[in-house]
Amino acid sequence: MNRTPSGLRSHSQKPAGTLVPGLVALLASLAAAQAQDRVKPYAVVREAIPLSLTGKPGDPARGRAIVANRQVGLCLLCHSASIIPEEQFQGDLAPDLAGAGSRWKIGELRLRIVDAGRFNANTIMPAYYKTGGLTRVGSSFAGKPILSAEQIEDVVAYLATLREVKK
Amino acid sequence: MTAARRIFHILHAASLPACAAAICILSLAAAPLRAGDIPLNQRQSGYDTMGRDTRAMQDDDTANPATLWLLDGEALWSKKEGAAGKACADCHTDAATSMKGVAARYPAFNTKQNKPLDIEGRINNCRTEHQQAQPLPFENKDLLALTAYVARQSRGMAIAPPPENMQPVVDQGRAIFEKRQGQLNLSCAQCHDDNWGRKLAGSAIPQGHPNGYPLYRLEWQSVGSLQRRLRNCLIGMRAEGYALGSPEYVALEAFLMWRARGMKMESPAVRP
Ligand code: HEC
Ligand code: HEC
Repeated sequence: MNRTPSGLRSHSQKPAGTLVPGLVALLASLAAAQAQDRVKPYAVVREAIPLSLTGKPGDPARGRAIVANRQVGLCLLCHSASIIPEEQFQGDLAPDLAGAGSRWKIGELRLRIVDAGRFNANTIMPAYYKTGGLTRVGSSFAGKPILSAEQIEDVVAYLATLREVKK
Repeated sequence: MTAARRIFHILHAASLPACAAAICILSLAAAPLRAGDIPLNQRQSGYDTMGRDTRAMQDDDTANPATLWLLDGEALWSKKEGAAGKACADCHTDAATSMKGVAARYPAFNTKQNKPLDIEGRINNCRTEHQQAQPLPFENKDLLALTAYVARQSRGMAIAPPPENMQPVVDQGRAIFEKRQGQLNLSCAQCHDDNWGRKLAGSAIPQGHPNGYPLYRLEWQSVGSLQRRLRNCLIGMRAEGYALGSPEYVALEAFLMWRARGMKMESPAVRP
């Protein structure tokens, strides 16, 4: 896959129009996808992952967008989230995410997203940063975690802002 | 007593020696439920949980879009096909009598081929063997129409418990049903046994019974097969689908029919 755009163009007489920029974008996104493929090692200390997976803090605003997006975070398939009222179709298979940041320390939230199965082996909550131990993963998802380390840090940063409101 | 009621009755009485003959016939049906299985008296069709409008659409043949497929199926039933120049009707005459109850006891074991066949597989078997025609590809409009037409002849009938020779297939289907798969690492059972009635995003999770297939799904804007539904669920789990027509799907279908034994056939149903 190391053909250059000009190399591609030389194969056809007519200019390929929008096809070539499209291909370039596709190749770039493939490269990005490959970069996020690998799950980097992390340390679990007392039911938590104390250190950021990226070495940097995440961005809560981006995290909120990931949680709200049923195709990206998938969280609202199962969880309700009264703090995201604009999303209509929320699941009720799992606890409301409101107040999660009061219930758990940031390292605990991180481990829950990375591998919820560590808390409850039978949980339906998927492990978001795991590629091993899975069966028959769809070919377009094979070898990839559900979210990248960056995305997980964003989600964790957002969850940490969700404080129980004292009445 | 309706047929469905009768089967429940026999199941409840299964420990009585007087029912020995019935137990023999229903040995698979009487197999004890395992932890996590839905108790027989708590089972409900997808019909029971869908909205009033969708139910009304299913209840009225003139409003049910699947009726168009049924009409096609009826025409295809009498159409001569293949090198043998025979129609289904030439061998089976009137579908209303010859096909009555057939879909309620499929998939069935075909001893000649030494494998289980679902209705689609059986239709294709008749095409190649008796009509000397090409098998129809899965989800092909004619195959859906014929399958819907055959299944229609069992509407209202109780799903028959699978016979003894289907036991290994049913077991294989159960193993697939309970296996966690895909990037989301979910099993069919986690949704359809453990969480039915709850909401996955906007949709209520049904118990996942096969009693309405093939059916018209509003989301598809088409009639689709049970295998298409199963493939959709696998895609949702981000798991690799099996090839349509593969033994894995037939085994899942057989397990789902076992799981739904005694429930009423609704084909062709309507679902959201
Ligand atoms: C397929 C279902 C499913 C999905 C998808 C899912 N979860 Fe969960 N989650 C659960 C369940 C069920 C629990 C309850 C505890 C358990 O069983 O592990 C849970 C527990 C949690 C908890 C701890 C409970 C609490 O006190 O609030 C947090 C935080 C959480 N999930 C966040 C998320 C986020 C963020 C996402 C998306 C990035 C997500 N979950 C996606 C099912 C899911
Ligand atoms: C994460 C949840 C989930 C998983 C896992 C899942 N399903 Fe489903 N299934 C659904 C939902 C929700 C529907 C209802 C249709 C819809 O709204 O998409 C459904 C519909 C069905 C139906 C149709 C029921 C009807 O009344 O028409 C069948 C059959 C079925 N599933 C079987 C399976 C099998 C077999 C598997 C495993 C290969 C499976 N499902 C995995 C959620 C799931």
